[in-house]
Amino acid sequence: MTLTKKPETRPAPASWGLAARGRVPWEYAPAPESTDHVTIRPEYGLFIDNAFAPSKPRRTFGVINPATEEPLARVAHASKADVNRAVAAARRAHSTTWSRLPGSERAKYLYRIARILQERSREFAVVETMNSGKPIKESRDVDVPLAAAHFFYYAGWADKLDYAFPNRQPRSLGVAAQIIPWNFPLLMLAWKIAPALAAGNTVVLKPASTTPLTAYLFADVVLQAGLPPGVVNIITGPGEIGMELVRHPDVNKVAFTGSTAVGKMIAQAVAGTRKKLTLELGGKAANIVFEDAPLDQAIEGIINGIYFNQGEVCCAGSRLFVQESVYEPLLDKLKDRLSTLRVGDPLDKNTDVGAINSAGQLAKIAELVESGIAEGAEIFQPDCQLPDRGFFFRPTLFTGVSQSHRIAQEEIFGPVLSVLTFRTPEEAIEKANNTPYGLSAGVWTEKGSRIFKMVSAMRAGVVWANTFNRFDPASPFGGYKESGYGREGGIHGLAAYLDLSPTGDAR
Amino acid sequence: MRRASVLDARPAAPLVAAGGNGTGGERLPVLKTYKLYIGGEFPRTESGRAYEIHDARGRLLANACRGTRKDIRDAVRAARKAFPGWAGRTAYNRSQILYRIAELMEGRREQFIGEVVAAEGVGRRRATRLVDAAIDRWVWYAGWADKFSQVMGTVNQVAGSYFNFSVPEPTGVVGVVAPESSSLLGLVSRLAPAIVSGNCAVVLASEARPLPAVTLTEVLATSDVPGGVVNLVTGLRRELVTHLAGHMDVNALDAFGLDPAQAEAIESLATENVKRVVRPPTGGEAAIDWLSPLAQSPYLIAEFVETKTVWHPIGA
Repeated sequence: MTLTKKPETRPAPASWGLAARGRVPWEYAPAPESTDHVTIRPEYGLFIDNAFAPSKPRRTFGVINPATEEPLARVAHASKADVNRAVAAARRAHSTTWSRLPGSERAKYLYRIARILQERSREFAVVETMNSGKPIKESRDVDVPLAAAHFFYYAGWADKLDYAFPNRQPRSLGVAAQIIPWNFPLLMLAWKIAPALAAGNTVVLKPASTTPLTAYLFADVVLQAGLPPGVVNIITGPGEIGMELVRHPDVNKVAFTGSTAVGKMIAQAVAGTRKKLTLELGGKAANIVFEDAPLDQAIEGIINGIYFNQGEVCCAGSRLFVQESVYEPLLDKLKDRLSTLRVGDPLDKNTDVGAINSAGQLAKIAELVESGIAEGAEIFQPDCQLPDRGFFFRPTLFTGVSQSHRIAQEEIFGPVLSVLTFRTPEEAIEKANNTPYGLSAGVWTEKGSRIFKMVSAMRAGVVWANTFNRFDPASPFGGYKESGYGREGGIHGLAAYLDLSPTGDAR
Repeated sequence: MRRASVLDARPAAPLVAAGGNGTGGERLPVLKTYKLYIGGEFPRTESGRAYEIHDARGRLLANACRGTRKDIRDAVRAARKAFPGWAGRTAYNRSQILYRIAELMEGRREQFIGEVVAAEGVGRRRATRLVDAAIDRWVWYAGWADKFSQVMGTVNQVAGSYFNFSVPEPTGVVGVVAPESSSLLGLVSRLAPAIVSGNCAVVLASEARPLPAVTLTEVLATSDVPGGVVNLVTGLRRELVTHLAGHMDVNALDAFGLDPAQAEAIESLATENVKRVVRPPTGGEAAIDWLSPLAQSPYLIAEFVETKTVWHPIGA
């Protein structure tokens, strides 16, 4: 990736004891996570009615490791007929078994799933990293444990629905069509499947076409847990197959996580039907640092906010607003910290920033970074070596960014931070809310009353104060404005999968 | 020229005042001009157009404003402007203001009864029940203003050293397609839950029966409801509803009063800025019993709130 302008760079500061340009105090030895305990099959069929079967007609597509560009497996390319089969299986399971089970029994199935995910956690973490490009320390410490926790949390709701919604008799909706993105493949699967099953629905899930492997590994968990056939069905294919699933007349609920553009298409496909819809879409979060903030903590929060998962996070803190009085010292610390990030092999336990998920996404990031340069922003990148193969992008920050720049307006979904400044809280509020998105925001200050003022003023669904990018199954997550509607997590996430209308007429 | 059903050619006839006066003969009644309500003021439609409103027996009641896209835009702008102030009021204050609406409606009870009789063609006894229920509905929602967040908000036990809570907040500007048949109670039943949480509303009044809604705006204007919190446009649905549904500065659309046959097209327009949409009920408005306790619910308040989750570390 050659940029049209040479970025400002700086070596890692010597005080950090890391490799600096020209002299090497000491270097990390490679610490690759072993892959010998995982088995990736050469081919995965669709998972329908508790059985893997090829698509009809038989078609497959390849899945690669984005860090090496090596093929990992081939997976079934579902057809419209396969979508019909999957929905029929889910419908059958809903009417004959799952919705008729006592909630306490559904709960026990979900607890089983949670436990099996914990037991097989290393396997899931390794496959997730191989397929998505995310660092193993993140898949191991964040994605997989949170996925298990999600099942554990919603398991407990399955037999307590009557206590959750006063004056209503919660009923399952039926068949849920769920479409998830490639940035947190297993975690998004858990966010979708756990509440759906707890509420008594059955599901047809379509993982992203670049990251289906942990979903198919999860199918093994479904089998191990002994779920009745048809309760969980997993199909793979391109976006059009997702739209077929959304349009299927026998689907009662559609849940989508992904881009705002696709979310709007899905909302259009659902328009005029009785399908219940929740959308978790894009974001362009403001991360606001006041002059009284603990700067070193804030630096860690900023780094975690935008470089976690290579910035491929819908709630990433991609717009940094710094109060002018601390702009210089903060930027200096930030550039130092950025220069210590280790970019490279996602399976290496010391890696901070792994591979971008696909060549397409890498090109999109590069295009937006070029636009930042072309529009006059100043680019900074650490002076680090990137692997020869695979889809890698240097962690990047831009200064001199104005509100109208594309890098301040559009979701980049990559490790690219735009730094802007403000003088007063009012100015910060105005600028932070100046976006069609409203998924998340961050506020850094030691002053309690200011935290509450800022938290109230942010038109965003999740606000992190003196922290960033924290997630928990008990904590509702979702957006304002064009970041979507509905919540995932907590009691609010349960409501998205229930018919709570007094007449039985879901809306 | 295409004619709407309510514009069917009829012989010119004298206006009769809605509410049943004008029969005494000694005195010519003073008739009211029914206008729009935008930003706390009562403008005529910018187009200068009108359409005839007839009572259930076909008598000419009034020339109502035949609003336009520009009127909708003005109303949305007024609603957006009023939003921070209204959402920023204390819940206690919003509660008192909604209660005040009920107080002032009570004072105009007879007028509303007369207008509902004229608009809906129901008997006086039925109209009385409908008006009384509308007044009581404001009282009921007034009480929710400082309570719904205690029912819908949560403190979340996360697995870490964080204080984590979720609160409902108003979504912003809500477009309300008012029920077509239930001219007053239907409207109040949809409007009150939308604004009690702090939203501002742009209402499309019932097309054929807009007069009780216009009179309601006169109550709102004198009830301490800040200008712009409720805005009302009268006119032809086919000319207006697409502009409301497609407006990029409207956050949510209550399409409850929409003909279900139009739902697909209108919902499609609403996707352009990811509006929250409440669909018309299956079977349309005819399926709704507005007097039923099911027609009021905190779950309706929940349709137009966003859940905000806040995290903060716990530490010394």
